[in-house]
Amino acid sequence: MKKEWPLWEIFIRSKSGLNHKHVGSLHAADAEMAIENARDLYTRRNEGVSIWVVESKHITASDPDDSDPLFEPARDKVYRHPTFYTVPDEVSHM
Amino acid sequence: MIKYLLQLADNALILGHRLGEWCGHAPEMELDIALTNIALDLTGQARSLYQRVAELEGLGKDEDDYAYLRDAWEFRNALLVEQPNGDFAHTLFRQFVFDAYNYHLHQALTHSKDEWLAGFAAKSLKEITYHLRFSSEWMLRLGDGTELSNAKLKAAIEDLWGYSGELATPNDVEKELAQQGIIPDLNLLKPAIEAKMSEVFVAANVGVAAGMFMHIGGKDGRHSEHLGFILSEMQFLQRAYPGLEW
Amino acid sequence: MTSLNFEAIFQSKIDDEVKIEPKDWMPDAYRKTLIRQISQHAHSEIVGMLPEGNWITRAPSLRRKLILLAKVQDEAGHGLYLYSAAETLGADRDDLVQQLLTGKAKYSSIFNYPTLNWADIGAIGWLVDGAAITNQVMLTRTSYGPYARAMVRICKEESFHQRQGYELMMAMAFGSPEQKSMAQDALNRWWWPALMMFGPHDAESTHSDQALKWKIKRKSNDELRQNFVDVTVPQAEYLGLTVPDPDLCWNEERGRYDFGKINWDEFWNVVKGNGPCNRQRIQARTKAYEDGAWVREAAMAHAEKKEQRRMQPEAASKAA
Repeated sequence: MKKEWPLWEIFIRSKSGLNHKHVGSLHAADAEMAIENARDLYTRRNEGVSIWVVESKHITASDPDDSDPLFEPARDKVYRHPTFYTVPDEVSHM
Repeated sequence: MIKYLLQLADNALILGHRLGEWCGHAPEMELDIALTNIALDLTGQARSLYQRVAELEGLGKDEDDYAYLRDAWEFRNALLVEQPNGDFAHTLFRQFVFDAYNYHLHQALTHSKDEWLAGFAAKSLKEITYHLRFSSEWMLRLGDGTELSNAKLKAAIEDLWGYSGELATPNDVEKELAQQGIIPDLNLLKPAIEAKMSEVFVAANVGVAAGMFMHIGGKDGRHSEHLGFILSEMQFLQRAYPGLEW
Repeated sequence: MTSLNFEAIFQSKIDDEVKIEPKDWMPDAYRKTLIRQISQHAHSEIVGMLPEGNWITRAPSLRRKLILLAKVQDEAGHGLYLYSAAETLGADRDDLVQQLLTGKAKYSSIFNYPTLNWADIGAIGWLVDGAAITNQVMLTRTSYGPYARAMVRICKEESFHQRQGYELMMAMAFGSPEQKSMAQDALNRWWWPALMMFGPHDAESTHSDQALKWKIKRKSNDELRQNFVDVTVPQAEYLGLTVPDPDLCWNEERGRYDFGKINWDEFWNVVKGNGPCNRQRIQARTKAYEDGAWVREAAMAHAEKKEQRRMQPEAASKAA
C-alpha cells in the first residue's frame, strides 16, 4: 500500500494589489502543512504576502484540443477593443 | 545581564546546531526545508545576542569568540537543547518543549525594561510564534497519526521529559533580573507554558507520568556529556587554526 | 489528425519558440527525455545537499554557518521545484525517488566526490555551481514551460551560491598559508570533476542531437564547457591559485583557452558507481527515506482522521 503525501498547487500573492499567481506545486499531508511548506519553499526570499493551496486533483484544466472552439471565437470580435474605434485627435481624454 | 544574554544565545545556538544536523536527512524533503528554516532563525538570534554581549562587555570580542572559543562549562544553555536528535519524535518533542517555553518567555520579554532586549524579543517573537505553530501541529500529527507514531512520540517524551523543567525553573541570574523587571518571573510564566503543553498533549493523545525527576544545571554551566562533542565539532576549525578570518 | 500531423505541429511550435505546456500533445520520447532529465536534475540537487551538509556543523563562523544552511536549504528547494516540474509530465515523485534509491536513475556525478576541507565548500560554490549555472542559464529557455519556469527561479537563487563560494575562496586564498593551501587543494580536486559536469564530448553524447532539435538543450556540451573554462580561469588567477592543468593556455587566435584532455575513464567509472562516495550518498538518502516512512505515514493518517472528523462530527463525537 503506497500512501505518499498528495500534490498541492500553490498560488502566491506577491504583494497587496496583485492577483495570486501559480508558482508550482509541492507535497503535503493536509492543507495546513501545504501552506507551511509553501511558505518555506516559495516565499523564502520575501516573495509573498498571501498563499492559496489547492489539492492538484481538484483542478480541472481546459483541453488544448478544445482551444479552437474555446478561444478562437473571441479573436475576431475586434469591436471589444478600444482601438477598433476612431476618435479625432482634437477630442482628448478618451 | 551578560550571563542571561549568553543563556538565551547558547540555547538558540545549540538547538540551531542540532537542527542543522538534520539537513539532508529529514523524513521528507519539505521537512528538510522546514527544519533548516528554524535552524536559520535560531542561529540568527544567537548571532544578535552574542553581538549584544560583545557590545556590553566592551572587550573587543566578536560574536564568533563567544560561539567558538568558550569551553563547555562556560556555555549556559539548558540541558534540553543539547540532547541528541534521536528519531524525528525526539527532535520534534525537544522542539515543542523549547518553543512552548520560548514563546511565552519572548512574549513577556517584549515588556522588558531593557530596551534592547524588548526590541530583540519583539523581532524574535514572530519567528518563535511560527516555530511553536509548526511543532504543535507536528505533535498532533505524530500523536494522532498511527499507533507506531504515537508510541514513538511517547518514547521520546519519556526520554526527554526530565529535561523539560529546567527552562522555566529560575536560576540565580534569572531571579535577580526578574526582581529588576528586566525579565519576567519564570514562576509566573509556568502556568501558561503548562497550559499550552497540556492542551497539545491531550489533542495528541499522549501524557507523562507525574513526578518525574527534573534535571537542572545547564544554565549554570553543568552540562550533559553531549555538549563537549557538539563543541569539538563546531569549534574544530577555530581551534585548529586560531585567530584567522574565515 | 494523424500522429505525423501532431508531430509536425509540435516541431513547428518548437521552431517558433512557442513553449510546450503540460497538457499539450508531445511525442512520447520528448516526454520521457524530459522526465529523465528533469528528475536527474532534481536528484542532483537533493544528493548535492550531502557533501555540503557535511560541513554545516563545522562551519567556522556564525556568518558562514548561516550562509551554508541557507544554501543547502536552497538545494532542497531546487530539488522540489524540479520534481514539481517533472510531475506536470505525469511522473510521480515517489516513483522518481525510488529510481534514485535503486540506482536506476542517475544524478550528477560531481556529488560523488568528498568534501575534505573547508575550502571545498568555497570550491563547490565557485566551480560546481558555476558550471551548473552555465548549463542552467541555457535551460531557462528550454522548450518545456514548467521546466523553463523552474529554471528561471533556480537561476535567480543560484547566483548567490556562486558568489558566496568565490567570496569564501577569497577569504582562504588571501588568508594564512594554511588557508591558501586548503584553497589550492580544493581547486586541485574539484577542477576536473567540474569540467566533467558538462558531460561527454559532443561526438560521444548519445542524447544531444535530439535534445537540441527539441530545444530541451540549446547549446552543446563542449560549447558550454569552453564557456566555463573561459570565464573561470581568470577568476582562479585573481585568487593566485593554480589551475591543475599543465596544458591550459590562452589561444590568441581563437580568443579562448585551450585546455588539457579530460580523463573520461574516471568520468565513466564514477557514473558506473565507483566514485569515492557513490555508495555513501545513496545509503544516506535511503536511510532518510526509510527512517522517515513512519513520519510521512503518521502525517497522512492524521490528515485522514481530521478529514473524517470534519465530515462526520457526530459520529466522531459518539466514538469519543
